[in-house]
Amino acid sequence: MASQEILREEPSRGSFINDPRIRSLFFQTLVVILLFSSIWWIVHNVIENLQRLHIASGFGFLRSRAGFDISDTPIAYTSDSTYFRALVVGLLNTIIVAVVGIVLATIVGFAIGIGRLSQNWLIRKICTVYVEIFRNIPPLLVIFFWYSGVLAVLPPPRESIHLPFGSFLNQRGFYFPRAVWGDGSWLIGVALLLAIAMAWFVAHRARQRQKATGQQFPVFWTSVALIVGLPVLAFLLGGMPLTFDFPKQSTFNLTGGFWVKPEFLSLLLALSFYTAAFIAEIVRAGIRGVNKGQSEAAAALGLRSGPILRLVVIPQAMRIVIPPLTSQYLNLTKNSSLAIAIGYPDLTATAGTVLNQTGQAVEGVFIMMIAYLVLSLVTSFVMNIVNARMALVER
Amino acid sequence: MQEHDMSWVRTEMALAQPAPPTERGAYAWVRKNLIGSVGDIVLTILGIAIVLWILPQVISWAFLNAQWTGPDRTVCTTVTQGGIQPDGWTGACWAFVNAKFGQFMFGTYPIDERWRPILVAILFVALLVPMLIPRVPRKGLNAMLLFVALPIVAFFLLLGGVFGLPVVETSRWGGLLVTLSLSFVGIAVSLPLGIVLALGRRSKMPIIKWLCIVFIETVRGIPLITVLFFASVMLPLFLPAGVTFDKYLRALIGVSLFAAAYMAEVIRGGLQAIPKGQYEGADSLGLGYWQKMSLIVLPQALKLVIPGIVNTFIGMFKDTSLVLIISMFDLLGVVKQNFADANWATPQTARSGLIFAAFVFWLFCFGMSRYSMYTERRLDTGYKR
Repeated sequence: MASQEILREEPSRGSFINDPRIRSLFFQTLVVILLFSSIWWIVHNVIENLQRLHIASGFGFLRSRAGFDISDTPIAYTSDSTYFRALVVGLLNTIIVAVVGIVLATIVGFAIGIGRLSQNWLIRKICTVYVEIFRNIPPLLVIFFWYSGVLAVLPPPRESIHLPFGSFLNQRGFYFPRAVWGDGSWLIGVALLLAIAMAWFVAHRARQRQKATGQQFPVFWTSVALIVGLPVLAFLLGGMPLTFDFPKQSTFNLTGGFWVKPEFLSLLLALSFYTAAFIAEIVRAGIRGVNKGQSEAAAALGLRSGPILRLVVIPQAMRIVIPPLTSQYLNLTKNSSLAIAIGYPDLTATAGTVLNQTGQAVEGVFIMMIAYLVLSLVTSFVMNIVNARMALVER
Repeated sequence: MQEHDMSWVRTEMALAQPAPPTERGAYAWVRKNLIGSVGDIVLTILGIAIVLWILPQVISWAFLNAQWTGPDRTVCTTVTQGGIQPDGWTGACWAFVNAKFGQFMFGTYPIDERWRPILVAILFVALLVPMLIPRVPRKGLNAMLLFVALPIVAFFLLLGGVFGLPVVETSRWGGLLVTLSLSFVGIAVSLPLGIVLALGRRSKMPIIKWLCIVFIETVRGIPLITVLFFASVMLPLFLPAGVTFDKYLRALIGVSLFAAAYMAEVIRGGLQAIPKGQYEGADSLGLGYWQKMSLIVLPQALKLVIPGIVNTFIGMFKDTSLVLIISMFDLLGVVKQNFADANWATPQTARSGLIFAAFVFWLFCFGMSRYSMYTERRLDTGYKR
């Protein structure tokens, strides 16, 4: 009887100061009070400062005339356009350099990363030297090196360096032939789309047939034949509607062709060479992260070295590679803001100009932050989809 | 009687034969590493071509044709450009680096006062070296001196204004002095701040947790330049009228906050890797939250993520070069500023200056990464699953 009485008794909780719930409530309330009072203090100061400096707040300034020129404009823009349009031009430039840079960095990075695992001692050492040099130098320095160290000391337009395929290289940038599509060239595009659809269909059917009967079908070569063959056929049938506008040398400058400015070129080369060093390390770690037993088991099943790499090692390595690869892509996008140092008009540079002209510091920085956050989120989202497709399918 | 014919039995072991000649020596190594197959031979030829194409150019530019000393641009320009070199000459203009060396190190710090940064550098090395060598005792005292006492002493010594030292404003600091001091203070601030943020992110208190998540993810999502813009343009607006603070300090705040967010994510990875039993064991011993974290969890977690922490340090060291965008002159900024000097305007100036700066950055970053690899091996106590 007595023992049951004791069991029913409420256990002593000690002082309420030691109750974790009350403690956490206390600390959180404290943090909230501190946070709101400092926000209130900051907002109060900002309003006072803006009034003192006679700066109107709000986003109304976006509709007024920008009044400054931008050197690279992917969409129509003059100094009479609005601030909003200037910011859009900046954003587009950021996206262009980021996308091209990501593609280039991935290609170079994968090549170097695989090179570091090569059987060949010389190739291995060359790739190691590349990685160790570029990983340990600030990207801004690499940008300056390309811009003032390499491209700025090229010969003037008169003595342009001739490159294959009618391209030229000089102080003012890189010129290469521009493709001019004549009448009926839409047929080529249609043929290309059709070929891709057919290749996809063939691959799908081949996979089904292999599952059902075990027979294999040369999907790769069929797809290559389709994707190359059909557009070429359309090109011939359409009466060869493609011509090239070659850059021509005149007295002081080059005319015609496609002109890549040195700002863009140095930013692109620097960002992709710098990021490639990191991608190479990621690729190396990914391939080495695949257990050796996997490739040995595949060899025991009778696969040759090509299929082992393609079917066993790479799919597993990609699982290790993709998450850090995503953060490298994000880094490249963020590093593209270094463009401001050499005057390539990316988002940071145009927003900086807008911010200086209007004095709308709060709004300007806010726009920059939101734009980069959105870009980061979009990149993460795309890479998460890729990752989900690659991820281990567990029962 | 027939003689007993005993078959011959060997009593001692035969000596091992050397490996066949095709499997040893230089030839076997070459065969295995350079000419194993047709593809390998092609790669080797390609590699040799790359080396033969790059190496002689680099050596002749950087050493054979380089100009080491000289009064002005004439030593680094060809006759047509108004100098003394024969036409078609290209070589590094180390004379430029030589002439500007003081500026590259200290910026426009007054020449008579340069003993002060040099003294700080000597103190720094004197405290850092015993810190890095594992066998030297009294690490706690050493760390206190290095991370608490040294910054205070360095602050008064560099800025002056006390003990009769003339004041040197931070706007006159520059070069490697700014690079090193920014990154050292950034490291000293961002590590504890990163630990606090990482613990906050794993806290059970929802408000604190969400505050930390919002801070970390926002900072990680935007470029450092935007953070520096924020620090240089917005911070003055946040303070009451009349209160200003130094541009150097603003850059310091920006860099430290930025690095802290990345540090927090690295440390969070370490915290997650510690098995739950360690937390529960600490709880069952009756340790409080801070005791549990500082005595049980963090020592194990930090050890796990040393490579990540050092990578963040290296990243931050490289990132200090961005302060030149808010017009402060770190090593890269000073080098770039000096391209405008008409006395040294030659086609080789930019290249030489940048390669010198790259070499300095490379030395520090490479050193840090090698030291982290060494520490990783030393601390590896086999705690691996």
